[in-house]
Amino acid sequence: MLKFVARRLGVMVLTALALTFVVFYLTNLPPNLEKLARTEGSVRMTDQAVASWIENNGHGGSVFGRYAQWLGVAPGWVLTDDKGVTRGRCIRAGTDPAAASSYCGVLQGEWGFSTVFKKPVLESVLQKLGSTGWLMLWVMIVMVPTSLLMGVLSGMREGSRTDRGLSIIAIATTATPEYVSGVILVAVFASVTAGVSPILHEWGWISTKTLFLGTATSAMDNITFWNFALPVLTIALYGIGYIARMTRASMTEVMVQQYIRTARLKGVRFRDVVMRHALRNALIAPFTVIMLQFPWLLNGVVITEALFNYKGFGWTLVQAAGNNDIDLLLGCSVVAVLVVLVTQLISDIGYVFLNPRIRLA
Amino acid sequence: MTDTTWDASKPILEIENLSISFFTRMREIPAVMDFSCSVMAGESMGLVGESGCGKSTVALAVLRDLGKNGRIVSGTIKFKGRDLTHMGDEELRHIRGSEIAMIYQEPMASLNPAMKIGAQLAEVPMIHQGMAKEDAWKLARQIIADVRLPDPDRILHAYPHQLSGGQQQRIVIAMALMSKPALLILDEPTTALDVTVEAGIVDLVKDLGTKYGTSMLFISHNLGLILDVCDRLCVMYSGEAVETGNVIEVFDKMRHPYTQALFRSIPLPGADKNTHPLVAIPGNFPLPHERPPGCNFGPRCDYFKDGLCNAAEVPMFPVPGDDRHATRCFRWTEIDWEAPMTLKASKPKTPIGKVVLKMEDLKKYYSVSSGGFGSGTTKVVKANETLSFEAREGETLAIVGESGCGKSTFAKVLMGLETATSGSILLFDENVQSTPIQQRNTDTVSSVQMVFQNPFDTLNPSMNVGRQIIRALEIFKQGKSDEERHARMLELLDLVKLPRAFAERMPRQLSGGQKQRVGIARAFAGGAKVVVADEPVSALDVSVQAAVTDLLMDIQRENKTTLLFISHDLSIVRYLSDRVMVMYLGHVVEMGTTDQVFQPPYHPYTEALLSAVPIADTKVIRKRIVLEGDIPSAMNPPPGCPFQTRCRWKSLVPGGLCDVEMPPVKMLEGGHQVKCHLSDNVLATMEPVIKVAAE
Repeated sequence: MLKFVARRLGVMVLTALALTFVVFYLTNLPPNLEKLARTEGSVRMTDQAVASWIENNGHGGSVFGRYAQWLGVAPGWVLTDDKGVTRGRCIRAGTDPAAASSYCGVLQGEWGFSTVFKKPVLESVLQKLGSTGWLMLWVMIVMVPTSLLMGVLSGMREGSRTDRGLSIIAIATTATPEYVSGVILVAVFASVTAGVSPILHEWGWISTKTLFLGTATSAMDNITFWNFALPVLTIALYGIGYIARMTRASMTEVMVQQYIRTARLKGVRFRDVVMRHALRNALIAPFTVIMLQFPWLLNGVVITEALFNYKGFGWTLVQAAGNNDIDLLLGCSVVAVLVVLVTQLISDIGYVFLNPRIRLA
Repeated sequence: MTDTTWDASKPILEIENLSISFFTRMREIPAVMDFSCSVMAGESMGLVGESGCGKSTVALAVLRDLGKNGRIVSGTIKFKGRDLTHMGDEELRHIRGSEIAMIYQEPMASLNPAMKIGAQLAEVPMIHQGMAKEDAWKLARQIIADVRLPDPDRILHAYPHQLSGGQQQRIVIAMALMSKPALLILDEPTTALDVTVEAGIVDLVKDLGTKYGTSMLFISHNLGLILDVCDRLCVMYSGEAVETGNVIEVFDKMRHPYTQALFRSIPLPGADKNTHPLVAIPGNFPLPHERPPGCNFGPRCDYFKDGLCNAAEVPMFPVPGDDRHATRCFRWTEIDWEAPMTLKASKPKTPIGKVVLKMEDLKKYYSVSSGGFGSGTTKVVKANETLSFEAREGETLAIVGESGCGKSTFAKVLMGLETATSGSILLFDENVQSTPIQQRNTDTVSSVQMVFQNPFDTLNPSMNVGRQIIRALEIFKQGKSDEERHARMLELLDLVKLPRAFAERMPRQLSGGQKQRVGIARAFAGGAKVVVADEPVSALDVSVQAAVTDLLMDIQRENKTTLLFISHDLSIVRYLSDRVMVMYLGHVVEMGTTDQVFQPPYHPYTEALLSAVPIADTKVIRKRIVLEGDIPSAMNPPPGCPFQTRCRWKSLVPGGLCDVEMPPVKMLEGGHQVKCHLSDNVLATMEPVIKVAAE
């Protein structure tokens, strides 16, 4: 088991290096750097000035060298300009160049400085990731049990009325994108003029103007049912349908297996046939899908966070991309890569536990 | 859970006039009609018939597990006097697994892959007797020991995939025995297993039946097995029981034309492709919704009489004087049952010509790496070891062995799907051992062709039959124009005795035997000189097997084809082959003419193999040699002789030579080769395994 995990970790590191390099390469393409030079320096810089700005700010040289510096495995650039001021990747303005360490990259915890938020990248990314983490946690808490229950219930008796009913719900929710379901939810539950809120308010059942809050900004500090239910539901609805369909397919397949017949003809109660014999085998496929939902959620929250004005990871990503904030963008991608790889590791390990046929060498 | 109020002199299971139908959107499909049988306490009842005759449906009806579409239309199933057909779910559940247990065809599929063996076994007494978990596991351990599995503690905590097929089947049997049921239903319990493993399982089932006094309903298509296991049998045809009675009486004094035809179509000792050819049953099995009026077997019956057999439904007639013997035939008193079978004209023996295929010291090793990322060790699987033989024009060479013995690898190397590790293959004086099929020229490819085991998967489902044959002709560059190829295709259909109209049919419209004929036609499209037939009839029903085998023999006679017949079925090998090669773990352990191999002296493995094959003839006396354990893995073969782990003659070799040294090839009289350390004196003392008692 340890050997397996160690091997997987090795593969993960390689994958992470490859992926971050791709992102690094794309964000550091010459046009991006030019744009950066013009925003940092002056918009009316001559092409020559832009070139020298790029050179002087450590963006020149080979892309591999710069990647190594960013990573922290090569010494950061140090330049002394004609005025005798020594600047460098690792030298903060106003500090003694001699005292600065020569390596400062992601590995040393130096993730760079965000030009949008005017604070270190690591700090802002972690803070935003925390916010999104809460959102994801609640989405998972709502989505996973609901969808598994729906999938198992409809899959255990294929073609029954329960199956048909649940299938319709699952297909409907998964066919509705978040920007549609989000808007519908807001309109129905969080609008002063439409949906149920005005009626409830008129009857005096709710003291506030709307039943739910249409914005989740307040949830950044204090999560309550009323400010968080709608964004959670918006994201969860789509996933519920998807996972429920996967579970149903897997469950129907398992229910016609011969070992289910064996269990039935052993005299096992139908409930126990489902719970003890079918469930574990049926969960193998959906488990992988559920673990794949984490990276999907990380990016899927972009729309929902924008819609409900919740300043999380997705929102940050949009800001970084929109403002050509290279360091922030890189930071976000590192986090995304790590989340993907870690969840996949968990998924693989869990898969082994669910499916004893997979042997670990 | 034994019912003390039950009178043991009455039948345990009594099925009366049972009819079962499956309901589809289109129509009602009757699967079983008017079926009656009874099983007494401690008795074992065999249900025999070809696929689709409804034998499994009867078994599932007893357990009331017919699925959503199946329904019992009429009749009763009484178990210990209680009517199962009108029982509620809860009541049924108490009977299933506790009083009636079932053993299934495919052990791997019938065990839950995600549950430990112990948990699956212990569940039974926990449900039915409310036994505590520890006691249930203890009982499970004891029953595992009862089904003669080694190391019960390890097996309790193992998952199904960690056991071999034979071990899995023993577990399924153990599971059925956990609550000492009164009735055991066995649905083709050994069909998926090798013959030597089958012999062990059959012995086990018989012993346990006697030990626990369990009644059995034994479903099989193999008449030999039924003779081995059962006291009584019931022959089914197209949803009806056609003959029932005591096993010995039915085998020796059959009173139904179908039973007779069935016996004549299986190769028994004494049948021979030239002098005593098999008699295939003409025509095809009727589809459930296309059954003829009157007797279902009428259209295929030699004794058919118009106006009688197709006039009314045939009832069962008791055969007086016999033990509960009955037949579903109007004419059973008129037919002269003792009349010898009208022999088909015996055919001349094919002359054996020059050598067309010669293999020398052929080796095929596979390297298997365990674990990815370079950390795993590489293991070598020796699939074929020093294979040397030659095959001549017009000859049938049978290659016999159980799964994993390397017979299919050999076929792949010959065909060019794999290349040999070392050694040489001379095909028409051309070395082909290291030429993969992509680099062989069309002539070589079309002259070596293959007939595959499973006709259901080897035809393209979306291309009609004629097109598939024409495609083969195109690939083999036969014929100059499309018209010529079309004409040739029709000739090929004639060759395999299919109506020309079949050219327009899609594979799904054909029966198994017809599909196999198309497969044969395709193999012969390029005028194949050497045909490798990999278990060509083992997926087919017995009555069809005879016809397809005959066809192969006829084509061979006409074209002087060399036939390499790969099979595990020794009965059919004895019937059609000229020479036999017995393989075990990649080695040829014995080779010689059919007579030499089927008579002593044997290689110890051949001896065991011969004794393991059930023979459907009451006059044959067979010595039982049951091999211990499983076939060793080719990845980790035993040192010395490959067969030494299971050999019963090992002690007669002085100095433990079998453990250390690979035996040399010993040449006996007339080119008979045996790879064994046993001395000539010991070999001479071997007795024949199969004796036909004097009549």
